[in-house]
Amino acid sequence: MARERKGIEVSLAVAEAVGQADCDVISAYPITPQTHIVEHLSELVADGHLDAEFVPVESEHSAMSVCCGAAAVGARTFTSTSSQGLALMAEIFFIASSLRLPVVMALANRSLSGPLSIWNDHTDTMMVRDGGWIHVFVENGQDAYDHVFWAFRVGEDPAVRLPVAINLDGFILTHMIEPVEFEDDETIKRYVPEYRMEKPLHPDKPLSMGCFGMPEIYSEAQMAREQALVGSFPVCVKAWEEWAELTGRHYRPIETYRNDDAEYAIVTMGSLGETAMAAVDELRDRGEKVGVIKIRLWRPFPFEDLRKAAEGKKALIVLDRAISFGGPGGPVALEVRSALYKRPQAPAVVNYVAGLAGRDVSVEDFRSIILEGKAKAAGGETEGYTFYGLRA
Amino acid sequence: MARPMDEIKWQELEIGAAVSETGNSREYKTGTWRSLRPVVDKTQCISCGVCWLFCPDAAIARSEEGHFQADLDYCKGCGICARECPVGCISMVNEEG
Repeated sequence: MARERKGIEVSLAVAEAVGQADCDVISAYPITPQTHIVEHLSELVADGHLDAEFVPVESEHSAMSVCCGAAAVGARTFTSTSSQGLALMAEIFFIASSLRLPVVMALANRSLSGPLSIWNDHTDTMMVRDGGWIHVFVENGQDAYDHVFWAFRVGEDPAVRLPVAINLDGFILTHMIEPVEFEDDETIKRYVPEYRMEKPLHPDKPLSMGCFGMPEIYSEAQMAREQALVGSFPVCVKAWEEWAELTGRHYRPIETYRNDDAEYAIVTMGSLGETAMAAVDELRDRGEKVGVIKIRLWRPFPFEDLRKAAEGKKALIVLDRAISFGGPGGPVALEVRSALYKRPQAPAVVNYVAGLAGRDVSVEDFRSIILEGKAKAAGGETEGYTFYGLRA
Repeated sequence: MARPMDEIKWQELEIGAAVSETGNSREYKTGTWRSLRPVVDKTQCISCGVCWLFCPDAAIARSEEGHFQADLDYCKGCGICARECPVGCISMVNEEG
């Protein structure tokens, strides 16, 4: 199989992947830092490279509505948004998963107002954490490109039928030119075959979607959603395994780096994983037994995989890029603490909130966070969270 | 015949809680919500159909003798028909009274 490696802006690579996946309907409204993705898709459609409907709309609420309508008749659909756009889209975001429509969205993660900010963190995606979608986080350009195909493959699986959000860090990934290996169209066709929806909206066989749910049925409908999302886990894993067979690139719900014999591990999600790896390399050179645990699959949350990665550690130092006001600190630490609660020999969990709204988290910062976190764990300071680098 | 909602297990719901048995809302008798019942004075009724036109639940139908009458299986007793009737022949009567 032919494989081309080229330097490309990650947003454009994502758009090219959507084109290679032979998407039928794309609807979006421009918002920084997502804009280049749909801009390039509109070019692909306008120039005749992609046979799809590109529906420009007046808002993100409409963009997701168009995607839901198109997905309801069995079209392969894609959209992309960020931050305030996601906030405006929120109503239909929840409806897409409740109707079990496998819309794929590139969510270029950005902070939420206010103060007004266009820069990267995970505040926007945490707002829709409980929206019933599959959430995956990508770390670099290759991940972003690969996961477009994975998202269609998993979401459209008849056993899953759920929307999928590909979380990619705004600017840090979307606006970066990275080397990306492109698969040929034949490989993609094998991995993402033509989508045939079971029971689409069709005049020959009328069907009602989105009916009123009385108290007698709402709980059952929610349980069906929950089971669909939890049940998607093995499909997610199998789709990664098959991708590895085709391309040689491996992904897992939880990925680790120099973690096996580590006494302390830093837990990250998204593009900062690579910076954490560089910091761990430096600390290893100085004799520190540290590793990295990266959460790739955020929903459904891989509890068992995380527990396995945490085995034998003295402490996990969890980096959050969002804050739950008045709550337990960061949402990732909350999940990690829940996963480990009352487990025998569970490691301590130290939580840091850092990298909000594009504030840089450098290799040096990671080094400080890991060493400081290690000291906190040793001193029993494992409650709540610490705002790293805050002037006070 | 649709199954009563309170008998359906979560596993038995169609994907996305879709309903593929069309028109089964007919079996959902919303008339139980009603506290006031519309009563038509047939001696005053001019069979104009304004009540039929305004009924938000499409619960009013024309009877064989030509009058318009609410189907009490579905009428929620909102009173819009009584309000809109040009000759004032519909009165809302307390269900319990």
